[in-house]
Amino acid sequence: MLLPLSVLALLIVVNLIKGADYFSISLINGALYGNIPNILFGASELVVLAIGMTLVTASSGGQDISVGVAAAITSAVFVRVLLNADHITWLTIVVGFLESAVVGIAIGAFNGSLISIFRVQPMVATLILFTAGRSISFMIDGKLSPVLANELTSRIGGVMPGVPIQTPIILTLAFIALIAAVLKTTNLKLYAEAVGTNEKAARLNGINPIKIKFLTYMILGFCAAVAGFIAVTKAGRHDSVNLLKYVEMDAILAVAIGGNALSGGKFSISGSIIGAYTIEVLSRTLLRLEVGTETIKAFKAVFIIVLMAVSSPVVREFAAKTLRRLRAEADPGQDSAASDPEIVAKKGA
Amino acid sequence: MTENVLEMQGICKDFPGVRALHNVDFALRKGEIHALMGENGAGKSTLVKVMTGVYEKDAGRIVLEGKPIHMRSPQEAQNLGIGTVYQEVTLCPNLSVAENMYIGRGRYAFVQWKRMNAKAARLLNSLGIPARATQQLSSCSLAVQQMIAIARAIDMDCKILILDEPTSSLDEDEVRKLFALMRELKSRGVGIVFITHFLDQVYEISDRITVLRNGTLIGVYEAASLPPFELVSKMMGKALEDVEKIKKPEASAQEASEPVFEAARLSSAAGVRPFDFRIRKGEVNGFTGLLGSGRSESARAIYAADKVTGGETKMNGKKVKISAPIQAMKLGIGYLPEDRKGDGIIAELSVRDNIILATQVIKGFFKPLSRKQAEAFADEYIGRLNIKTASSSTPIKSLSGGNQQKVILARWLLTHPEYLILDEPTRGIDVGTKVEIQKLVLKLAEEGVSVTFISSEIEEMLRTCSRLIVMKDRQIVGELSGTNLTQADVMDAIARGGA
Repeated sequence: MLLPLSVLALLIVVNLIKGADYFSISLINGALYGNIPNILFGASELVVLAIGMTLVTASSGGQDISVGVAAAITSAVFVRVLLNADHITWLTIVVGFLESAVVGIAIGAFNGSLISIFRVQPMVATLILFTAGRSISFMIDGKLSPVLANELTSRIGGVMPGVPIQTPIILTLAFIALIAAVLKTTNLKLYAEAVGTNEKAARLNGINPIKIKFLTYMILGFCAAVAGFIAVTKAGRHDSVNLLKYVEMDAILAVAIGGNALSGGKFSISGSIIGAYTIEVLSRTLLRLEVGTETIKAFKAVFIIVLMAVSSPVVREFAAKTLRRLRAEADPGQDSAASDPEIVAKKGA
Repeated sequence: MTENVLEMQGICKDFPGVRALHNVDFALRKGEIHALMGENGAGKSTLVKVMTGVYEKDAGRIVLEGKPIHMRSPQEAQNLGIGTVYQEVTLCPNLSVAENMYIGRGRYAFVQWKRMNAKAARLLNSLGIPARATQQLSSCSLAVQQMIAIARAIDMDCKILILDEPTSSLDEDEVRKLFALMRELKSRGVGIVFITHFLDQVYEISDRITVLRNGTLIGVYEAASLPPFELVSKMMGKALEDVEKIKKPEASAQEASEPVFEAARLSSAAGVRPFDFRIRKGEVNGFTGLLGSGRSESARAIYAADKVTGGETKMNGKKVKISAPIQAMKLGIGYLPEDRKGDGIIAELSVRDNIILATQVIKGFFKPLSRKQAEAFADEYIGRLNIKTASSSTPIKSLSGGNQQKVILARWLLTHPEYLILDEPTRGIDVGTKVEIQKLVLKLAEEGVSVTFISSEIEEMLRTCSRLIVMKDRQIVGELSGTNLTQADVMDAIARGGA
């Protein structure tokens, strides 16, 4: 938790140096805009996916690289429901979302069964969908990039009349609250951590590791549906090729920045959430520093290399050692100083 | 024949807080098979590791063919002609047989495939190993893989071959093939150090036996002149004359009460022969036998820790089905596994989470204990069992072995079990804690909990158990209780394979 927070603080300082108006928020057409709302708005999908990615990482010690593709498929389902309706109402949207959620959970179940029952390595298992997914999404689409031209979905992707905060931000917060409630009312955290740390011991204590891994992948599938829903309403059209492209890598990165071991076990959801926002802040900071959009990825990579090196156990140990030595030099052992009359006398003089 | 190929004199090896080897002498003749015997923690593996350069000795002398040697790494030992084959096959299953035999051996960056395959084929042929050089290793049976590991070890002028439990995962037929290979090597003048827990195998193939106990040398004996019974007593550390007779007066009183748990013809995928078992309310019984005799596997079969393959179980007279640990837990059975690190603790999690785990799982996925409740439970048992930890939030991995074991005990006590299985609860922990755990077991029994207690230390079993089930070669060979429960009887039963 300390690492992502300090990185976030560092980035904010950089932004403040660049311009003191960083925190300024303005009211345009009844909604709040500015750097902070933009970050919260931009990171919505990533936050949702990072939460699910944290759970599968904890339980299976591996990552799902098909989440972006899964979101493309689920949102295609959502769009199809809307386009088939004669008249789009709130009910149509709810039905569409529920259908996409079912598809998302089914995708999670597919990945989960490969990983938990057939013991395929998570990255290999999810590579299947990663490869095939966008074609499937295109097939569901039926035509190239269908457009969602209606008032209701643009409100979901933008602002509701009379609500000063953009809807994706609210949806993300609601989703975080939902996950918090699940963790509070179930033993998901304890079970997933136990399975991820020591599967054999977990089994001997009555936990079924297969079920738990399966469950976390289904939850991630649901997360993908939510992220796809937010992304497609934001964009207003469904682009099978580019919707949430490469988001899986950012989601994995968010988990890592959040201080979670990618080998599984103990996890912190709040760490991953902060990690996700950190990635968004980083991208926007680089844009603010006038790094060109085509080179931004290289800069991002450099930043990540530094971040990972700093947080590696090798560097941490070295830092701790150096710190101890410096302290020892600055403050030579009190006992020796006290017992040496000459030093005491000099100090007195 | 009497020429010594290897002599070790006055070997000492200390680990922080433990003296693993104290002044141990060992001599290996040319062309002999020499069994190294001792119970767990006797120092066998430490001696082997000193022999193979894994550990550096603290004191003593090692002489190889008359020349004193100093080994600093396993590589050096290998170059000197000391080859080792470990219990588990440590080869690469997806490489070919020849590659496995020569990989990492070449002096050049490029491999001469043709020459390598031809060389491998010659060696396999001369040793009579039924495998082709180009075959993928994983397509060979376990025994053949074991033999290939031996072939790898003995190539390059091997003078000494160390076999650490090579037979533990082989069936009878495979063992016979392995022994044939060992005899072949023996006839070529290779000195073989053989470590095993199977007494029959020791007598079948060994010329001499060296016995270690608690890091000291007990003696070197000709296999032909040391009866199995004496070997067992030497390994376990009780001379026959000073065996104390302990009686359990309450044993007869329990005869009247009904059994809490019963099993009939129970067997598991781990290879225990079908066995019958029963335990009464408040009784402490135990499985005894040498390591690998199937004592742990039997306990695991009761708890369904291994896949149960047959048999019937009854709890309090009612027929029950136990096919997964959760079913056993819900019936009030607790199980403390032998391998604390691998099967017991959840290393990353806090002491608190480790304590409440079993109780929580029994309660159910949708009924988490509140943080306050969990803390209260954890603190209660940290106090009751005197667990030394900074707080209940400390990760369990930072506790000492004894305290980790107490946490696992606390985990099961918190579930208020009717029947508790403790497999080696005192292994690798200090003497003070050992006694605490033994007392706890007796106290539990007084409170009406039935306990199955397994330990490699026979004295400990005698102190705590009122009935002992003797195992050998994965089956029950006898049962001792009442006046029969003495060290001499137990050792006799283990050695002779019957009571």
